[in-house]
Amino acid sequence: MNKTVNPKDLTSDDDNGPLYVARKKVYPQSVQGTFRRIKWGLMAFCLGVYYFLPFVRWNRGLGAPSQAVLIDLPNSRFYFFFIELWPQEVYYFTGLLIVAAVALFLMNSVGGRIWCGYLCPQTVWTDLFYAVERFFEGDRRERMRKDKSAGALTPKRLSEIVLKHATWLMIAWWTGGAWVLYFNDAPTLVKQLLTFQAPVIAYIWIGILTATTYVLAGFMREQVCTYMCPWPRIQAALTDEWALNVTYRYDRGEKRTSVKKAAELRALGEHVGDCVDCYQCVAVCPTGIDIRNGPQLECIQCGLCIDACDNVMTKIGRPKRLIGYDNDINIQRRQEGKAPIYRIVRPRTMAYSAIIAAVGGIMVYVLATRTLLDINVLHDRNPVAVRLSDGSIRNAYTARLLNKSGHDRVIAIDIDGPVNSTIHVVGADSVTPDRPMIVIPRDSTSELRLLVTAPAEGNPEKSIPVRFRVTDIGLGEAASTTDNFVAP
Amino acid sequence: MTDHQGEFDSVTGRSTTGHEWDGIKELNTPLPRWWVITFYLTIVWAIGYWIVYPAWPLISSNTRGVLGYSSRADVAVELANLDRIRGDKMVALGAASLADIEKDPALLALARAKGKTVFGDNCAPCHGSGAAGAKGFPNLNDDDWLWGGTLDQIMQTIQFGARSGHAKTHEGQMLAFGKDGVLKPDEIVTVANYVRSLSGLPTRNGYDAAKGEKIFTDNCVACHGDGGKGNQELGAPNLTDKIWLYGSDEATLIETIANGRAGVMPSWEGRLDPATIKAMAVYVHSLGGGK
Ligand code: SF4
Ligand code: SF4
Repeated sequence: MNKTVNPKDLTSDDDNGPLYVARKKVYPQSVQGTFRRIKWGLMAFCLGVYYFLPFVRWNRGLGAPSQAVLIDLPNSRFYFFFIELWPQEVYYFTGLLIVAAVALFLMNSVGGRIWCGYLCPQTVWTDLFYAVERFFEGDRRERMRKDKSAGALTPKRLSEIVLKHATWLMIAWWTGGAWVLYFNDAPTLVKQLLTFQAPVIAYIWIGILTATTYVLAGFMREQVCTYMCPWPRIQAALTDEWALNVTYRYDRGEKRTSVKKAAELRALGEHVGDCVDCYQCVAVCPTGIDIRNGPQLECIQCGLCIDACDNVMTKIGRPKRLIGYDNDINIQRRQEGKAPIYRIVRPRTMAYSAIIAAVGGIMVYVLATRTLLDINVLHDRNPVAVRLSDGSIRNAYTARLLNKSGHDRVIAIDIDGPVNSTIHVVGADSVTPDRPMIVIPRDSTSELRLLVTAPAEGNPEKSIPVRFRVTDIGLGEAASTTDNFVAP
Repeated sequence: MTDHQGEFDSVTGRSTTGHEWDGIKELNTPLPRWWVITFYLTIVWAIGYWIVYPAWPLISSNTRGVLGYSSRADVAVELANLDRIRGDKMVALGAASLADIEKDPALLALARAKGKTVFGDNCAPCHGSGAAGAKGFPNLNDDDWLWGGTLDQIMQTIQFGARSGHAKTHEGQMLAFGKDGVLKPDEIVTVANYVRSLSGLPTRNGYDAAKGEKIFTDNCVACHGDGGKGNQELGAPNLTDKIWLYGSDEATLIETIANGRAGVMPSWEGRLDPATIKAMAVYVHSLGGGK
């Protein structure tokens, strides 16, 4: 690893060079192996969910949208299978964000940047775009050769390029298309899109996401991870010596020699490492680095170099995992000749798991116990209290009643408050004495003005708690809230 | 950076910038070309932006930008759009009778919302943002009405005003009994105490109740009615209740009787369109004092 470079050997990196460098294009080679299979599987799963989820139906009854996952912006509703969220419940998303962030920390403390290598959309789409490129233009060597001989634009070469970009654009377009389907009834929107009847905003979003997907996955690729994404920097600060990172076990690999030379030297009883310097690990790396130089910012820990090297090791009959997921502790320990140890359960991972469990638990609990009927009350500020001509006192409140259920309700409004107080609801649908009732249509809110009047006598306190109760007179479901009744 | 030629990091073989902290030297890592180009493009963009949009503050104003863009004009367009969107509903509001609006929850909600904003813009300076009123400006939340508290009466008051100069305005005058020499100062004190007694307020020691009643009957009953119950035709307040527009203490009453009162409510007809006036009447009625 610590090879010293003679400054005289340096050509490209001298101080008089330009302040910027052109990107060195990366030509990752295809590879087969365990991690590649895991990556294919995860890619299929993630893309499958993303592209097809909008088409999953979920019956919520008449008048309600029957799309399983729907972000209904005009009506400010979010539907996720059996869950329907209202704007005032956005704190669930806060919870989700906390869980997501801590899950990222947990992943990081267990396996370094495995998010980057396997699940990050940038990686998933770039991987897919590479597969397309490979399909049309061939593997690493072929692509490098073709790019070098750019002048030879034969019809065959031209058709390859056109087909590649066309396929990329189609994938990118579908990516943008799937995005807008989350915001509208998918089958309807597809029909509208095909007949050019869809809202302009839909085309704009599809255009934006087509462009970003095409550019980010087709051209920016590893540069997004290296230069644009903040996570590698943050991750470096969060990682610890127990985290498993893709590591070249140089204690086993060095010193590198070709297979033939290694055999000769071994026969002479000299020490040589397992690395045969075949550069396979470099050839497959999607960020174009040499993992044998140690941990690097660019490494997204995709494990493809592990697969590549494992294949080499199998071929030359040496044990696998010259490159593998390993941690700092073991690099140290192996140097000291001790057996490696792995510890996934440790205070850090336990703390992260506990936070995830706690936040998740709170969210599930709140979700399970939330009511579909609710009342919020706001006391009038100006005037706080009014004296009526007979000397009695009245306080006014603005109430918002929420009916989150799928059917209309008849709601009765009662109060427990000052002695002999009465309630009047402006716009009540029916008023049996002292018990105003109001109909709230399903899945909606009603704003009401509540007037509470109490005689001055018998209520000597300056401020008396008052409790507003709303009851569904059909189902009996009830909710309540408290406020104060004040004297002028 | 040219000072550090020949300084190289032994591990990576890269040249360094010569900057060193705690023995750690900064590598001279060139930026990617696209990054640098993007950076220069943002500078070009910023210059273009200065030219195209209002950007630079001047002493009393700012540069206008070649497009003449202004966020105020944007707001005006948005407001016009809003009026267009609301157009149909406001037409429906204008067409419905007050009683119908009260019965239709959708119209009622619209009228209350519209009324509330219009009230804030036009009425709040006198009546307060929550219509709590002030001395001389009636509280619209209570149930005491000078000119009547039914929907129609409220609407009429808003439309034509009181002593507003409009042909159909409410008229009514509290005479200046002292200034005009109708009552002598001691008579005013006596009748003021009598009026206080009408609503159960304490009276001055040794005042002549019989004399007070006589003065009241001779001078005040014509407007305030028998027993001082008031008359909404004339805007004469009820003197027996607990609500006093100008105050119920003796000094205030003496001042009122001696100099008279004539608060003015402007007429809104012509200044606001009929549908808006209707919305305002519904809003005021819904404040809770409406009959
Ligand atoms: S070094 Fe290996 S794990 Fe890291 S990005 Fe390259 S191939 Fe993936
Ligand atoms: S693939 Fe394995 S053997 Fe080949 S260069 Fe990389 S580490 Fe060495």
